[in-house]
Amino acid sequence: MKPGKFVKFLTFVTFLFFYVPLFVVVLFSFNSSRSPVWTGFTLKWYVELFTRSYAIWRAFWNSIMVAVLSSTTATVLGTMTAIGLYWVKNGKKKSTGDTFLWFLTYLPFVVPDVIIGISLLLFFSLLQFRLGFSTIVLAHVTFSIPYTMMVVYSRLHDFDKNIVEAAYDLGATETQVLFKVLIPNLVPSIVAAFLLAFTLSIDDFVITFFVAGPGTTTLPIQIYSMIRFGISPTINAISTFMIAGTVLIGFALRKFVRYIF
Amino acid sequence: MGGEISILNVNKFFGDFQVLKNVSLEIRKGEFFSILGPSGCGKTTLLRVIAGFEDVQEGDVLLDGESILHLPANKRPVNIIFQSYALFPHLTVFENIAFPLRLKKFTESEIKERVGNLLNLIRMEEHAFKYPSQLSGGQKQRVAIARALANEPRVLLLDEPLSALDAKLRQELLIELDNLHDKVGITFVYVTHDQTEAISVSDRVALMNDGKIIQIGTPYEIYESPVNVFAATFIGETNLMKVDVLEVEEEYYVVEAPGVGVFRCYKDKEAKAGNRLILTLRPEKIRISKQKPMIFENVFHGIIEEEIYMGYQTKYFVRLDEGYIMKVYKQHVRYLLDEPILHWKDEVYVSWDPNDSFIVEVLTS
Repeated sequence: MKPGKFVKFLTFVTFLFFYVPLFVVVLFSFNSSRSPVWTGFTLKWYVELFTRSYAIWRAFWNSIMVAVLSSTTATVLGTMTAIGLYWVKNGKKKSTGDTFLWFLTYLPFVVPDVIIGISLLLFFSLLQFRLGFSTIVLAHVTFSIPYTMMVVYSRLHDFDKNIVEAAYDLGATETQVLFKVLIPNLVPSIVAAFLLAFTLSIDDFVITFFVAGPGTTTLPIQIYSMIRFGISPTINAISTFMIAGTVLIGFALRKFVRYIF
Repeated sequence: MGGEISILNVNKFFGDFQVLKNVSLEIRKGEFFSILGPSGCGKTTLLRVIAGFEDVQEGDVLLDGESILHLPANKRPVNIIFQSYALFPHLTVFENIAFPLRLKKFTESEIKERVGNLLNLIRMEEHAFKYPSQLSGGQKQRVAIARALANEPRVLLLDEPLSALDAKLRQELLIELDNLHDKVGITFVYVTHDQTEAISVSDRVALMNDGKIIQIGTPYEIYESPVNVFAATFIGETNLMKVDVLEVEEEYYVVEAPGVGVFRCYKDKEAKAGNRLILTLRPEKIRISKQKPMIFENVFHGIIEEEIYMGYQTKYFVRLDEGYIMKVYKQHVRYLLDEPILHWKDEVYVSWDPNDSFIVEVLTS
C-alpha cells in the first residue's frame, strides 16, 4: 500500500520536530551575536571554546571518564545477568522465581529518575560516601545495568537453543560453551549494550545532579549551571562539537546500533 | 565402530504429562534405525534421552551393555544432528567441523587431516571457508553431519534432519545419508514423522504413538503387516473396513462388509463366526478393469467417482454398488497399451486376492 498524503505529512512533521532544534543549535554556534537573532557568520565561539573554556573541558572529560567506566562495568554486569537468567531458564518452564527476578531487573527502567537520584543520594549519605566522581560512576552503573541486560538478553532470546546443545553434545564443558559459543555470538549485542550505556551516561542529568556533590561536574551539569547566567553561544559550539562526534561514532558503529532493541 | 542401544522400560513425565510410556527398544550395532510417529508422540524426547538432554523418571538406557544415564551429554559417545542444523554462526565450515577436535586438543595437522577427510566425505571442500549464513539448507545439513561425525561417535542421532528442506532435495539427501551410513558403518537413529523417509532407508523402524511403541520391524513388516489400525493408517494409505465373520475356513474367513458385500479375507488372527473385525486392504493391491475379471471371488462392480492422475499412477475412488468408496491405485507400466484408459463415471470391476485383505483388529470376541 502506498502511504497517503496525510501519512507523508505526518512523517515529515515528525522529522522536522526531531531535527529543527538540532539545526538551530548548529546554526547559532556560528552566529556573531550573543542574542538568538542571526547577525552574521563567525567562528569566535569555537575559538573561545578551544582556548578559554577550561570549565567546559574539565566537565567534558569528567563526562567521558564517567561514561567509559560506568558503561564498561554495566556492560560486563548486564551481560552476566542476561546469560545467568538465560542459563537458569534454559529449557525449563518459567517459574514464579524467574518472573520475580525479571521484574527486579527491569524495575529501574520504570522508576522515575528523580526517585533513583534521591534514593541513591540517601543511600550514599547513609554509607557516608563522599559525593564526587566515584558516586557518579556508581550511580551510572546502577541505572545502566537494566538497559545493557535487556539488549544482551533480547539477542540471547532469539539465539537458537540447539546451538548451545550442539556445543555440549560435541563435548564442550559449560565454560567452553560460554566462551567459545555464547559470548562470540553475543559480541554485536555486547557492543550495542555498551554504546547504549555510554549514551545514557553522557546524557544523564537528573541522577547525576543528586549524586555529584560540590566538587565534580559533568558536561550536562556544567551546561545547566552556565545557562543560568544566560545562553552563551560557547554552549552551542560544544553542542555542535558533540553532535558531530555522535553522528560520526553512530555511523561508524551502525552495524551494532541495530541490536539496540 | 557402531554402538548397540538398549532402551529398557523408560518412563518420562513433563509435570503430570507422561511423554514416554514404558518404552523398550533394542537398536543393533551399525543399524539404520528409524523412530517414526506423528508430532507430539514422544519420538524427539526419546532421542534427546539417548543424547543426554533429558533425564528419565524410570528405566535405563544402555550403550553397548553399559548404562549411560549418569553421563552428561558432553561425555556420551553419541552425537546428534538437529532439525535447525545448529551450526555455529561465528565459525566457518572448517572451524565448525574442527570444533569438537579442538576441544579434544588434537594437533593442527591432525585437525587438518580429519576435517579434510570429512569435507571430502560430504563433498564440500570448496566451501570450507564460508560461513553458515552463506550456505544453502542442504549444505548446512551436510556440514552438521560432518561436524557430528568428527568425534567418531558410536551412534549418530538424527532429529528430523531433512524436514526443513524442499521435497526434491530431501530425496537426494536421504539417499546421501543412506550411502554415508554404509560408508561410516556406525549406528544411525533417525527420528521422523515422514513415513516415506522412514521406510525407504531404514533397516528397521519403530512406530510410536502417544508415548508408546506400537510396532517394531523392517519397513516391509511395518507396511505389509501393520499390527493395528494406527499402524495401518499412519504408514501408506489403505482401505479400512469393519466386517462381520460369516464363516471360518482353513485359511480364510468369509466376511460381510457393509457397503461392499461378501468376500474372503486372510485368516491371520483368531476369530469366530459372528465376530466383528477391522480389515485393511492396500489400494495398490486392488485390480481395476472395465471387463469383468475371470475369477469368481472378491470381485465387485462400481463406478469411478474420482480420478486423480499422478503421472506414475492414477488414484481412483470407486463407489461400489453397495455404497462403499474404495481407493484403488493403478500403476502405469504401459499406460496407453495396457488397456482402455479409465475415466470418471466409468463402470468398472475391482478385485483382489484374499491374501491381501487381512485383519488388523478383532473388535469383539
